[in-house]
Amino acid sequence: MILTGSEIFTEVLLEEGVDTIFGYPGGSVLNLYDALYKYSDKITHIMTAHEQGAAHAADGFARATGKTGVVLATSGPGATNLVTGIATAYMDSVPMVAITGNVGTSLIGRDSFQEVYIAGITMPITKHNFVVRSVDELADILRSAFRIAQTGRKGPVLVDIPKDVTSAKTEYTKKSPMPIPKAPQPTDEEIARAANIINYTQRPIIYFGGGVTSSEAGDELRQFMEKAQIPATYTMMAAGVLGYGEPLNLGLIGMHGNRTTNRAVNDADLVIAIGARFSDRVALNADNFAKNATIIQIDIDPSEVNKNVMVEYSLVGDVKEILTRLIPEIKETKHTEWIGRIQSWQACDYRPKDDSTRIKPHQLMGKICEAAGKDAVYVTDVGQHQLWATQYVRHIRARSFITSGGLGTMGFGYGAAIGAKIAVGDKRPVIHITGDGSFHMNLNEACTAVSYNVPVITIIMNNTVLGMVRQWQTSFYGKRYSSTDPHRKTDYVKLADGFGLKGYHCENMKQFEAALNEALALNAPAWIECVIDKDEKVLPMIPSGGTIDDIMMD
Amino acid sequence: MKKEVLSLLVDNNSGVLTRITSLFGRRGFNIDSLTVSTTDDPKTSRITIVVHDDETVLEQIKKQTQRLEETQAIFSLDSAQSLLRELLLVKVEADEASRSAIREISDIYHAKIIDLSHGSMVMELTGEPEKIDGFLDVLSPYAIIEMCRTGITAMERGGLHDHKKQTAQ
Repeated sequence: MILTGSEIFTEVLLEEGVDTIFGYPGGSVLNLYDALYKYSDKITHIMTAHEQGAAHAADGFARATGKTGVVLATSGPGATNLVTGIATAYMDSVPMVAITGNVGTSLIGRDSFQEVYIAGITMPITKHNFVVRSVDELADILRSAFRIAQTGRKGPVLVDIPKDVTSAKTEYTKKSPMPIPKAPQPTDEEIARAANIINYTQRPIIYFGGGVTSSEAGDELRQFMEKAQIPATYTMMAAGVLGYGEPLNLGLIGMHGNRTTNRAVNDADLVIAIGARFSDRVALNADNFAKNATIIQIDIDPSEVNKNVMVEYSLVGDVKEILTRLIPEIKETKHTEWIGRIQSWQACDYRPKDDSTRIKPHQLMGKICEAAGKDAVYVTDVGQHQLWATQYVRHIRARSFITSGGLGTMGFGYGAAIGAKIAVGDKRPVIHITGDGSFHMNLNEACTAVSYNVPVITIIMNNTVLGMVRQWQTSFYGKRYSSTDPHRKTDYVKLADGFGLKGYHCENMKQFEAALNEALALNAPAWIECVIDKDEKVLPMIPSGGTIDDIMMD
Repeated sequence: MKKEVLSLLVDNNSGVLTRITSLFGRRGFNIDSLTVSTTDDPKTSRITIVVHDDETVLEQIKKQTQRLEETQAIFSLDSAQSLLRELLLVKVEADEASRSAIREISDIYHAKIIDLSHGSMVMELTGEPEKIDGFLDVLSPYAIIEMCRTGITAMERGGLHDHKKQTAQ
């Protein structure tokens, strides 16, 4: 069948099972949008306020489902506006295909209107990218993009399509999606050796990250932990893989993790790192991380082994497959003494104090979880609110806590929440938790939520300052508050009204509870502004480069 | 610090060299020399990169490069088992008085004189990098006007090599 490049683009999306994409039109993608018009009964296109929002939406969609998120933008500024969104997905290994239009091939390299070399710009923030030189290679390049995004360690792929390629015609034959190549498999000896180490250590701890979610290995992780009674701690990327009340779940590790958790890693004689990359927010001091332990690392990406922290033993491959093979090899154990010792430390952990007059972050999170229920998906921006959400949301389900971990992108939340809500549908509420700083970055996406009636509930923790930066200024810069108090006069209720959604202002928990229950019943987007004291801190905290001995509790 | 000669087989696509060098730049890996050309298979290019760094960094360089979609294989060349060659062009000041001495040095090193003018001579020399270093050292009393070296290109001695398999190890 002879089709245009634009029709081939939509056909390949259908081959890959894509039914929703996010984007923003423009001159170089007119042909692609013309095809989307024709295919509008099969592919829903969500037009955001800004391409960055579209990229974050595709990312949120992917994180909530595990499917590949797709974003489409025009050449030049459309393409450059995707950059932060692509980099965010790259740092957190989120499968995404970004499609950009470009000027026609005869205009490329002449500084034409809205021309930019997006392939060059995105080289370090994509797994791979392509410039399509001819319509004959378009279908296979798009198929490869989807394959690469989902192969091994997942991530974003960009395909840049010049305008003339989208109008040129060629023969198209429908194909099934390319098989995803199998991850490498450790040998039986390697598995046995790892099991042997695990079986003969006294104080083991598991430290797991986003790789467990990517590999959908939550159940295997739990079986593994329960069989050998090994306690586990997680990174921000893996919040929700274990339920918050599970006895072996020690909670968050790293800079804002519990004292007990960080101490357990410090005192352990074995750390089993699973799908985690020893980032500087976890291994705050790489030379002293788990200094008493043998480290076994399980990861799909061989380049993660010995990158930040040197490990004694590694198993490279898919986390789910490796755990499945390890479970029968490990002995049923108790580790009673070790677990008892860890539990004895918990009495000294940081506990925030309740307050009935003001809104305290931990009480706020508790109330949100109570009202939103066990199916809720939480999406955050970046800053203090993000850490409070990580610490105090009662995580119970994987792919239900969506946050920009690696890049730390303020402004990520609104777009990502819209993408996540579209992905999970009516039955699951999506709560977007943000701060006044992050919210101001991309609040324009409110219009997207209104246009498509995406009932995301945005909770703005308004402390009137850039809380996390200010907290560092308080602790490390002698309270010199340089540019962290913008003196904004934003009226969130009026602004919400202007966008055509419902806004609430709350100063205490009673008001908040009423507002949240009302917002949840609206089945429409809403904002709830919560006034937070600007001196609230995220605690505990181990400063960058510090160890458990440097932990700050107030 | 260890010096390592890395041999890469990569897809012969436009932009592949940028992709590799951009990766080296981003991760802060320093390149001593780099050569690139197509191979007998027009779809494959061979890049030879000389780097020196700590063992762990070298290991990271290889793993990160292997991660690129267009990298078919990457492996270290052991200098004892490999043929390392470099090409030198050097232009020195030479008048009638010095010409014969320079010619004599060139003969000893089997360098070819490829240009001669009233005030200068240009020599061409291929060989192992150490030989080129030695030649330049002996020429150092003379005024070098211009000099360029291609950087190392290399391959292993002996019969067939399964480079894909070498990479996996």
